[in-house]
Amino acid sequence: MIEVKNINKAFGEKHVLRDFSFVFERGKANLIIGESGTGKSVLTKCMVGLIAPESGEVLYDGVDFIKADYNAQKEIRRNIGMLFQGGALFDSMSVEDNVKFALSMFTNMGEKEKQERAMFCLERVNLPHASKLYPAELSGGMKKRVAIARAIAVKPKYLFCDEPNSGLDPKTSILIDELIKEITEEYNMTTIVITHDMNSVLEIGDKIAFLHKGVKAWEGTRYEILKTTTKEVSDFVYATKFLQAFRSRLENE
Amino acid sequence: MNPAKLLYHVGRFWLLMMQVFRKPDKPRIFWDRVFFEVNAIGIGSLGIVSIISVFMGAVITIQSAFGFESPWIPLYAVGLAARDSIILEFAPTIVSLILAGKVGSSIASEIGNMRVSEQIDALDVMGVNSANFLILPKIVASVFIFPFVVVISMFLGHLGGFVLGVAAGVVTPYEFVYGIQYDFRPYNVFYALIKTLFFGFIIPAVSSYHGYYAKGGSLEVGQASTRAVVYSIIVLLLFNFILTQLLLA
Repeated sequence: MIEVKNINKAFGEKHVLRDFSFVFERGKANLIIGESGTGKSVLTKCMVGLIAPESGEVLYDGVDFIKADYNAQKEIRRNIGMLFQGGALFDSMSVEDNVKFALSMFTNMGEKEKQERAMFCLERVNLPHASKLYPAELSGGMKKRVAIARAIAVKPKYLFCDEPNSGLDPKTSILIDELIKEITEEYNMTTIVITHDMNSVLEIGDKIAFLHKGVKAWEGTRYEILKTTTKEVSDFVYATKFLQAFRSRLENE
Repeated sequence: MNPAKLLYHVGRFWLLMMQVFRKPDKPRIFWDRVFFEVNAIGIGSLGIVSIISVFMGAVITIQSAFGFESPWIPLYAVGLAARDSIILEFAPTIVSLILAGKVGSSIASEIGNMRVSEQIDALDVMGVNSANFLILPKIVASVFIFPFVVVISMFLGHLGGFVLGVAAGVVTPYEFVYGIQYDFRPYNVFYALIKTLFFGFIIPAVSSYHGYYAKGGSLEVGQASTRAVVYSIIVLLLFNFILTQLLLA
């Protein structure tokens, strides 16, 4: 479980996050949604320590990451898997080496054991045949799947996914969503997904926080979001004409 | 660059170096990366260094002969002048300047590209000290391999001076060999190698700094790469002056 308490972050005069608090639950896909530029990525970067917030606490199973010293932070980070928007695979390494990387850095596994684990993870994301390819040879969807395989290789407790569906076709997006949902339940991880894709919200959103201008404007589940009366959320959810028509039909029924 | 900005960069550079000079997470992986970098930085530069060394040695020899046309100056002075120019300045400094261009831009663009494509963030999130993982092997490899490259350059400079100088008819083989042996001071080689060790640190460290803090996209990575070469050369020349003053004056 990750508990975020009163996170504030500003870049100069611009306040990006204001008093954001939320509990990200274990075994669930916790979604942070909102329009572009509302501070979703900044929040994630504050949570994993890539950006220092002005104030607030980020508690990983009770341990405050922000106040922790270098070694304690390192220890927490070894339990974090992260799927970056562009995949962030290491260009100079093959797919297999990318997946094996964290195993080589943080475990004492032998070469055979690492290879077996890497192949297991690649099979888990349906990419065993791509093990010898390099990131430049992969499609966008394949890169995301390899990034998931790399993230789960060390069996992390926490999985962060920064816009896992960006740049993907609807079919591949659904595959990625299903994969995230399955591995969250399989490994009983605390998964945090940043997205503005409504399909993902409705597909995997066990717990959702809606960010609006750096403030948490709403929280609930994927079932509740369709019935919300909060204007900002409603405008976001029913942004397309198709969904507006769907809402009118719901109201009429 | 205004003094406040300069101070900011110097401070940030040393903060980065404090991250770089930590104990590597996995020594075996660290040494693998060092050997990889030795190959990329050192062995990969031998071609260009060899070509430049041979021709610069030849040009120095011919220019010396051109300057020493007086009957009062013995012909072996051509070999002596070429030797001192090659050992004291050409091999350690000019070759390092060339390496600053070749290796510096390559390091800055490699690390800069990793920064803008979030690969460095990925390392940090995993709990890997990205500065240590990426930069320390390059510094260790450069400090280790640069002296060898410079010694090879010294040898090829003399060889180029000898072969092409004799072929051009500006010096005889005997006079050239006598000249390079005349009043030889081993301390000059020591001075050149000490300078090279410093340059071996400056080039990867300054270039990595510019790549590590690159922001934006491919355009900014290109700009960071250019800045890396420019500042590596400026710092290198500054240290060349300081070390020459300390070791020779």
